[in-house]
Amino acid sequence: MTGSTRLHVMSEADVRRAVARMAREIVELNGGTEGLVLMGIHRRGTQIAALIREEIEQAENVQLATGSIDITLYRDDLEVVGPLPVIGASVLPTDGIDDRCVVIVDDVAFTGRTARAALNEVSDWGRPRRILLCVLVDRGGRELPIQPDVTGREVEVLEHQRVEVLVPALDDRLAVEIIQTDPEDS
Amino acid sequence: MTDPAPSLGKDLVGLENLTAGQILAILDTAEPFKEISERRIKKVPVLRGKTIVNLFFEASTRTRISFEFAEKRLSADTVNISSTGSSVAKGETLVDTARNLEAMRIDMVVIRHGASGAAHFLADRIPSNVVNAGDGWHEHPTQGLLDLLTIRDHRGGIDGLKVCIVGDILHSRVARSNIYGLRALGAEVAICGPKTLLPPAPEELGCIVFPRVEEAIEWADVVNVLRLQLERMEAGYVPSLREYNRIWGVSKRRLQAAPKDLLILHPGPMNRGVEIDSDVADGEHSVILNQVTNGVAVRMAVLYLLAGGQPEKAEAAKQGAEA
Repeated sequence: MTGSTRLHVMSEADVRRAVARMAREIVELNGGTEGLVLMGIHRRGTQIAALIREEIEQAENVQLATGSIDITLYRDDLEVVGPLPVIGASVLPTDGIDDRCVVIVDDVAFTGRTARAALNEVSDWGRPRRILLCVLVDRGGRELPIQPDVTGREVEVLEHQRVEVLVPALDDRLAVEIIQTDPEDS
Repeated sequence: MTDPAPSLGKDLVGLENLTAGQILAILDTAEPFKEISERRIKKVPVLRGKTIVNLFFEASTRTRISFEFAEKRLSADTVNISSTGSSVAKGETLVDTARNLEAMRIDMVVIRHGASGAAHFLADRIPSNVVNAGDGWHEHPTQGLLDLLTIRDHRGGIDGLKVCIVGDILHSRVARSNIYGLRALGAEVAICGPKTLLPPAPEELGCIVFPRVEEAIEWADVVNVLRLQLERMEAGYVPSLREYNRIWGVSKRRLQAAPKDLLILHPGPMNRGVEIDSDVADGEHSVILNQVTNGVAVRMAVLYLLAGGQPEKAEAAKQGAEA
């Protein structure tokens, strides 16, 4: 990657503190852990969901139902993405999502299109009592009227900057960084 | 962003010219599609607004319905045309039929035809994606793929497996697609059947030949039993169904003599008591109904990969956006 620089946004400790707060907010919004289901969006959302789950399970001494969503088949830009993406597995919690509080977890909120796709997919799976959207980083730039209910951190990002959430399972470390790409290159 | 899947190009005519990477991409893509058929709402919007024509010039139940389920579960709009009751029966040529369909703005054609090469012929002449659902003695690529997927599900992989195809290899498009696909993924392939029903040069296909079904069963990890078309007997290729069953039939007795547990496949429809005995077809080693289930997932994967996978289209869209 030539012509790009990395800017530090959140360290591992920052992320862990944010996750701990997000976990408490989720439990508070749901009024406890009853019927709570965490659904991470493939792939980094799933990782963040796992961190939140760990936090809630320890704090509340419960076992949470979890699942994951691959939104590929619900994207609105498949006509223009060229070779189609490899599809990951969507995993529904064993007891389903009907009448539960489903928390959709993603790493970054940007245009809102991923969240829109996830909402449609979750609706096809059943009828939750409530759906919450939870993201580690909100970078603004929404193209749809969809806002997260629980946010780790809001950051101001310019057009040629990209927010990257790094997770141990995929990147060997936990952090949030901004990639500044040279406008000439992009 | 996830990695892009390898492109299949415009059409799926056969497995002969696909790389191992492309075949694996289809099998891997089929995995998540299996889950969709288990959902309460068995539908995803990925092919919404696409029109697919199922052009069946030969009788088919399983394949046509399997394609139709795959198309509907991907939210495509479908039209079925069979040779009887359409203008094909009035003598319209294949190309004219296809051009008329094109004029109604379709996106994909799934074709089953009695003439080898029909799918290729059509693919060269229309801009829509063409999927071969069986052409004469040539290929039946989605059947080959669903067989590969079923074997992989039960054996963990294809590489190094010994697979024997038993029956009428000469006239079988299923056999050819299986042989190409299995060999591309590193399996050893053998064929076994009456001499009159074997291809004249099996070594060109890269296959071992077993003269007796007992030997094939002793050697193989997987046995794919082909349907004996009853008209072959009328044409004099085999003397009688009873004799065929006695010499080539896959029976429980023959399987019990095998040194290891075999996997038994059959593309259907079965002639019970001819090429396969009922206690084998319904037995513990049979994965025949798993094949049918996998057929829908594999066809969803093929349609999905063909619908996108056109870099030139993406490039044009990108340039359009920049201009």
